Amino acid sequence: MIPISYYLFLSLTLFSIGMIGVMIRRNLIIMLMCVELMLNSVNLLLVAFSKMHQAKNIGSEAGIDGQMLVLFIMVVAAAEVAIGLSIMILFYRKVYNVDVKSLNRLKH
Amino acid sequence: MEKYIWLIPLLPLLGFFINGLGRNAFSKIMISIIGSGVVFISFLLSVLVFLNVPSGEGAQPQIFHAFTIIQTGNLHIPFSFQIDALTSLFLLIVTGIGFLIHVYSAGYMNEDKGFGRFFAYLNLFIFSMLILVMGSNFFMMFIGWELVGLCSYLLIGFWFKNRDYVSAAKKAFVMNRIGDVGFLLAMFWIYKEFGTLQYTEVFASLSTAQISAFAVGGITLLLFLAATGKSAQIPLFTWLPDAMAGPTPVSALIHAATMVTAGIFMITRCNELFELAPYTKEVIAWIGIITSLVTATIAIRQNDIKKVLAYSTVSQLGLMFASLGMGAYIAAVFHVMTHAFFKALLFLGAGSVIHGMHHEQDMTQMGGLKKYMPTTHITMLIACIAISGIPPLSGFFSKDEMLLSMFLGNKIIYAIGFVVSVLTSFYMFRLYFMTFSGSLRNKKVHPHESPKAMTVPLIILAVLSIIGGFVGIPELFAKNAHRLKEFLSGVVSSHGEVHEISHSIEYALMSALLACVAFAIFLASRMYSGKVDEKATGLMKVFENKWYVDEIYQSIIINPTVGLGNLFKKYVEKSGIVQLVAGTGSFSYYLSKNIKTVQTGNIGMYILLMVIGIVAGLGIFFFGML
Repeated sequence: MIPISYYLFLSLTLFSIGMIGVMIRRNLIIMLMCVELMLNSVNLLLVAFSKMHQAKNIGSEAGIDGQMLVLFIMVVAAAEVAIGLSIMILFYRKVYNVDVKSLNRLKH
Repeated sequence: MEKYIWLIPLLPLLGFFINGLGRNAFSKIMISIIGSGVVFISFLLSVLVFLNVPSGEGAQPQIFHAFTIIQTGNLHIPFSFQIDALTSLFLLIVTGIGFLIHVYSAGYMNEDKGFGRFFAYLNLFIFSMLILVMGSNFFMMFIGWELVGLCSYLLIGFWFKNRDYVSAAKKAFVMNRIGDVGFLLAMFWIYKEFGTLQYTEVFASLSTAQISAFAVGGITLLLFLAATGKSAQIPLFTWLPDAMAGPTPVSALIHAATMVTAGIFMITRCNELFELAPYTKEVIAWIGIITSLVTATIAIRQNDIKKVLAYSTVSQLGLMFASLGMGAYIAAVFHVMTHAFFKALLFLGAGSVIHGMHHEQDMTQMGGLKKYMPTTHITMLIACIAISGIPPLSGFFSKDEMLLSMFLGNKIIYAIGFVVSVLTSFYMFRLYFMTFSGSLRNKKVHPHESPKAMTVPLIILAVLSIIGGFVGIPELFAKNAHRLKEFLSGVVSSHGEVHEISHSIEYALMSALLACVAFAIFLASRMYSGKVDEKATGLMKVFENKWYVDEIYQSIIINPTVGLGNLFKKYVEKSGIVQLVAGTGSFSYYLSKNIKTVQTGNIGMYILLMVIGIVAGLGIFFFGML
């Protein structure tokens, strides 16, 4: 069995890639993808911990709720991506690009 | 009595609503019939009340309860009427003279556009005055007190297109408010000391409750302050001469016969309270007599016919207050009654003259009206004789009684009262001779006698001025002939008011006064028959300019107040309050202007800051303070 620390490092790497991507990229689509990456790294962590929990208490239902939660997060994330993309389409119709620098119209 | 007592004030109120709402719809005849009719019915009912009222020594007042105005905690104020001899006498004066003046107004105001409005106001005034005299507690008197002030304001400023008239109305209102403050404070103090505002309860508890002399003195002084406002005494008398801006019937009704005597009514009503306050009585006597002297001297140099009468009214009111201060309440009420007759007559006669002279009020333009206006002339002459105190007309009896009370009380006050009486006959006959004798000075106008609606009230009032005094024949002439004293003895307690004075002294006083009065009339006839005053010099100039009282008030009260206001406006409001309020706004604007540079609109920057914030927060959470 793969030790839990492997999962932790993988998750941390994915999260950092996502976070840095959000911070340095200007393209909204890529930023959205990076956000999804962060979200999924957390999902991975959740599944890993719940499996660990389950392995420690064999025969019980411990840890099953963590995996259920992940399923819900994926559903919500799908909805969120749908909204994010539709905002982006509307945004594109206004300014004909998807650069985040164009999102300063409300500034005084 | 219970069945109809309510109608007395209610009918004029109804008349007010009908005439007020229908002022443009009804014809003038209908308005005058409604207006005068309601007052006439009230008068008939007042006669019934007068005949049935319990009078004489030890008579208890009748209380008619309607409903409760205020009921909280210990405070219980009912809307109820108290009918006793004093009230019934005032009911007769108010409704009787009120009715005559309504009839007169129908003639006098006939060509005025505001005919309906005028009658509505007059009816409202009668209603308010009736509330004032009929109320059974201080609160109801206060309601009436305020309402008559309002009516006075409305009627002085009746011709509201004239700026001077409007400011005269405002002056009257403001001056009255100063007095009203005294009334309010007195009411609060009475409630604090006695726990009730009902007259009967307050006066009943006077003998049992331990009320300090300070409280009684304070209450009575505050009540007297209210009286100085309403009855135009020093220091608040200057509004009454200006109040002559109103139509002449108003001057006759409100500013001579009824409203201005409210102060005397109130003090007589509370005589048991005032009897316990010797210092207040002293103050009342002195203020009354000084007012009387000052205004009598002003009256001898006025050329406006109504101004003379106005100052004469203030002067007579001053005499009444002086005798109130002597404790001679019945004498004062007696003079209120006779004064109501002849002063209303004088005002109405003056109105008739003004009407006949086509709205000319300046006596230097008049003269020789004897042959143009015979009825007015005769009635005015009767009024002048009556006010001068020549027997057997009404003024003689009441004035004699007042002067006698002053003689018994304080010789200096009596001396001033004597001078005032002589001055009274001088200025009244000056008015008479300037107006009626000689020849007409202004040749352009064509005087004419007034219509019947105006002369008939004059004749009735003249008859009353002649016979009105016989209700109070002094003991000197006939034993127990003073019907008024008998009538009012239940209301006014006679606190050791013993007339220990020999008849010879009384005769001497009387004849000395009559001799001086006769001389004054002779002097007036020599000075003013067909002539007018020469240019005033010295003291006469002071009299002509009304002792500069208005100017003094202007410079010692109004100007400093306005100056202080301007000072506050400049240094407190503009540089203080305005700066503070505007400063709050501009300070937050300044702050936000600097802070808003943080919001660059650069999303990457926001996210970077957010990440740094989260990392820092987690760092603190896991590793303690970094």
